[in-house]
Amino acid sequence: MNNWLVQHVSALLFTLRRLRATPASSLFNILIIGIAISLPAGMYVLLQNVQGLAEQATGAPQISVFLSLDASREDAARIGGQLKQHEAIGRVEFVSREQALEQIKRSTGLADIIGELTQNPLPDAYIIYPKKLDPQTLETLRDELQKWPKLEHVQLDSAWVRKLEALLKFGRLAVLILAMLLSFALVAVTFNTIRLQILTRHDEIEVSKLIGATDSFIRRPFLYSGLLQGLLGGATAWLIIVISLRLLNSSLAGLMQLYASSFTLHAFSAKDTLTLLGFSAYLGWLGAWLSVAQRLWQIEPG
Amino acid sequence: MISFSQVCKRYPGGYEALKNISFDIAEGEMVFITGHSGAGKSTLLNLIAAIERPNSGSVVVNGQNVASLKAGAIPYLRRNLGLVFQDHKLLFDRSVFDNVMLPLQICGFDHRESDKRVRAALDKVGLLQREKANPIALSGGEQQRLCIARAIVNRPSILLADEPTGNLDMAYAADIMGIFKSFHQVGVTLLIATHDEGVMRQFEARALALKHGELQPTSVRQAHGKHE
Repeated sequence: MNNWLVQHVSALLFTLRRLRATPASSLFNILIIGIAISLPAGMYVLLQNVQGLAEQATGAPQISVFLSLDASREDAARIGGQLKQHEAIGRVEFVSREQALEQIKRSTGLADIIGELTQNPLPDAYIIYPKKLDPQTLETLRDELQKWPKLEHVQLDSAWVRKLEALLKFGRLAVLILAMLLSFALVAVTFNTIRLQILTRHDEIEVSKLIGATDSFIRRPFLYSGLLQGLLGGATAWLIIVISLRLLNSSLAGLMQLYASSFTLHAFSAKDTLTLLGFSAYLGWLGAWLSVAQRLWQIEPG
Repeated sequence: MISFSQVCKRYPGGYEALKNISFDIAEGEMVFITGHSGAGKSTLLNLIAAIERPNSGSVVVNGQNVASLKAGAIPYLRRNLGLVFQDHKLLFDRSVFDNVMLPLQICGFDHRESDKRVRAALDKVGLLQREKANPIALSGGEQQRLCIARAIVNRPSILLADEPTGNLDMAYAADIMGIFKSFHQVGVTLLIATHDEGVMRQFEARALALKHGELQPTSVRQAHGKHE
């Protein structure tokens, strides 16, 4: 066990020394990987933000229920009671027809016209805040309410939420495809660098085999090299995104001031950061492993 | 220690490098393998180190049949062998010291122990003063001595040397053979392939003479090592 640890540590140190020995090419490799990863990762971060924004903007999607004009106050109270007891509904707000008219007068500047009306054309209404907000639940609820007597119209205010949801879905798919493609690119980049490393160290591999090195001993520094390259590439991508977001946020602050809003773009959560680093390290390792598997058996002494 | 029985080695294309070779080498014995170039000397050594596999027959080293050894077991066989190559096979991207260090790294020795062993091996071949040099700066004789230091640093019980004096002048060759002799004296089993008659005459040792892949009967009569 101890011996095993020593071998791994020394392989890692050896790999680090070699990275340092060729700083320019190591740096460019890491940059390439970093930029490749930062594209899907950056898109992912933006999507997360848009999603957050959407949730913030809609608040809770609501359902407006308009009673029939012939419904009396008693009917309204009864319906209100039923709504309050409905298991899918969290909170109910009553807007009487007088209130509604008052609101319109105030907010639309139509006071003159409304003042000339002989009777109030507006119905009593309830605004419903459902407990669950997914489109499915909302629609079921709407369909159910529609069947209630004395209800003229049930209006779901979440149609645009659905549209946004569909758009986000599309965006996530695009990110996924991009991430997959660039993962292949990352594997290919490491594959190639490791292949070159193996070629330049052909003699060392041959001699090592001749004096009793196991395949795993020979493989180890290359695998570490790929792993490290992926990890550092992931860290570079992280940096690129964090710095970009900082720049975007500072210009966004000016923009948002005009809208009297305080929206800022958020970078990665700790979990996302770990996932990013882990995934890029894994891909680097994978590229190295493929390269080693393909090349190493070709180098047989004799 | 090493025993060949009815070993044949044929290369693709039909060339027979070794034909029906049988012999035994006892522990601690020093044996020359002689013959013209192309007689099969290198092939014979390669079979012992499992660098090549025989087409038929068995090659037993330390009680293990190398001919049927699994690929995964070969590294451990080689750790018990010291290999000295005619072309040295040194690594020029690292110092003399690190070249000798390589076998110990492979076996996973800890640092203090391996440093000591490397210095002892370099001392034995007279290269202790050059430990920081790059092997490229060494003369041919020194490079061969470095190759020997690397072969013995792991303290193998068997040393295989393929034309160790092949490219060297007389003085260097005598030097190298002196080093081999000292290993022989501490009980290492030695197999030295050479076509250099001058070198062999300095030693009282058995010679296995190969000619066109066949063992010449004369060599058996010359033998005066112990048999297993």
